[in-house]
Amino acid sequence: MSDEAESTTIVQKISGAMDAFFGYFIGSANSFVREVGLVTIFATESTRLLFAKPYRGNEIFKHMEFIGNQSVGIIGLTSVFTGLALSFQVYLGFKLVNAVDLVGPTVAFGISRELGPVLTGLIVAARAGGAMAARLGTMRVNEQMDALDVMGVNTKQYLIAPRLIAAVICMPLLTALFDFMAMVGSWFLCTKLVGLDHAVFMSKISSALEVRHIMEGLFKSAIFGMMFGVICTYQGFNTSGGAKGVGEATNRGVVMSMVSIIILDYFLMNLIRIFYLVTGISGS
Amino acid sequence: MSTEKKSEFAVVLKDVKKSFDGKEFVLKGIDLSIPKGTLAAIIGFSGTGKSVLLKHILGLYQPTSGSVSVLGTPLEMLDSDELTKFRCNYGVLFQSAALFDDMTVLENVCFPLEEHRRSLSKEEVTNVALQKLKMVGLDPKHNNKLPSQISGGMQKRTGLARALALDPEILIYDEPTTGLDPILTEMVDNLILETHRARPGTTSIMVSHDLKAAFRIADYVVMLDAGKVLLSGTADDFYKSENELVRKFVDKGIKH
Repeated sequence: MSDEAESTTIVQKISGAMDAFFGYFIGSANSFVREVGLVTIFATESTRLLFAKPYRGNEIFKHMEFIGNQSVGIIGLTSVFTGLALSFQVYLGFKLVNAVDLVGPTVAFGISRELGPVLTGLIVAARAGGAMAARLGTMRVNEQMDALDVMGVNTKQYLIAPRLIAAVICMPLLTALFDFMAMVGSWFLCTKLVGLDHAVFMSKISSALEVRHIMEGLFKSAIFGMMFGVICTYQGFNTSGGAKGVGEATNRGVVMSMVSIIILDYFLMNLIRIFYLVTGISGS
Repeated sequence: MSTEKKSEFAVVLKDVKKSFDGKEFVLKGIDLSIPKGTLAAIIGFSGTGKSVLLKHILGLYQPTSGSVSVLGTPLEMLDSDELTKFRCNYGVLFQSAALFDDMTVLENVCFPLEEHRRSLSKEEVTNVALQKLKMVGLDPKHNNKLPSQISGGMQKRTGLARALALDPEILIYDEPTTGLDPILTEMVDNLILETHRARPGTTSIMVSHDLKAAFRIADYVVMLDAGKVLLSGTADDFYKSENELVRKFVDKGIKH
């Protein structure tokens, strides 16, 4: 083969590889945009139905019991240990610069504004969000959703809207519980295990932490509740392919919810900073 | 919406075509009229479009072209809320019975009443549900069991009681005997026939592979092939047909 022919072949191969790469990239971007569009339509339609009659009070309470009440144990347990572990790491760091008095407020800030809502979101998305996707997916493949449809029941209004309301109501409550229990863990470590003064620990927190700091976290957690609620119910609602499909939908729902919560947290943090700047409130 | 309320047909399909991808057509121009008050069976080999046709009648699919009218109402004229309400005219028994697995037998039958008969008291709803369960011959001792705790035949009975709860004008059976043993199959076939006879003036539509049962219990049989109606009429019309495919289906079906 001549040099010219050989270089032509190499160029063709590179060109083919680039075509394949960009084709894959564009294809993936396309399906991502399409998926986001479909989830948005689903969320909009389901949100519209939150206020439609007949009101589903019993269904909302049933899902609140599942999402909220049944998550209390796991949130309580994980939050105490989060408070213990975080406080110990902060204590070790602050000890180096003789600032151990600031362990309490630092942990309180971190828990109430970031770790509380994010960890609660991740735990509840995994526990309740996964169960939602699996339940709805099973109803889809077992024709139970078709049965609702042909019975003249609006499936989104009956199955989706109550779950979304329950998630949005329960998440701030669970986050408040997480915050409180994590601070109990922090207090226990600081005052009982490493010997900080109880009065100093409490006074430093109360002088630094304001109600709006806690409200920030609770606001974010309500958004996270809506987020994992929409993602998991969407995945379950659109399940196909039998038991395998249910497993895949559950997996997708949980993974997408967790990733979305972490990404969204960053943007919400910035949004809140911008809000403080615009309104002239100190953002610290 | 324009309606022809005096229509003598329960279901009318005019040149219904359906394609999911814009290229291949699953239904290739279905013309079909099912008279009111009949027990009609839609039969055909697998993959001929029976389920897709059924979903058009239920308004779950929109035709790519053509029109579907049910009880004189063209379904394409209804928006999604109107369609949801219109579906109260149907009762459907699914192949898997599709009972809600977190509700008891009685709660399953009460459910459509609680949704659509909101003026009824709890006691009245329960009484109607019990009456429907009695009508399909389910022993009351099973009323408080979950669907997973009763047999396949009992699940079918419960599904039928639920389908009957709102006294629908059209009862639809989607492959009601697929996967059942011969004794249970005969029981379900008889149940369909008895239920139809017990509700004069209402229309029943059964989608099935089971030719024997279709000829035994249906007044009117429609055979689909490759997305088109191959033949429609009485069992006698099928026996007399010279069409090769009809002959093949009839011979095989009767031998089984």
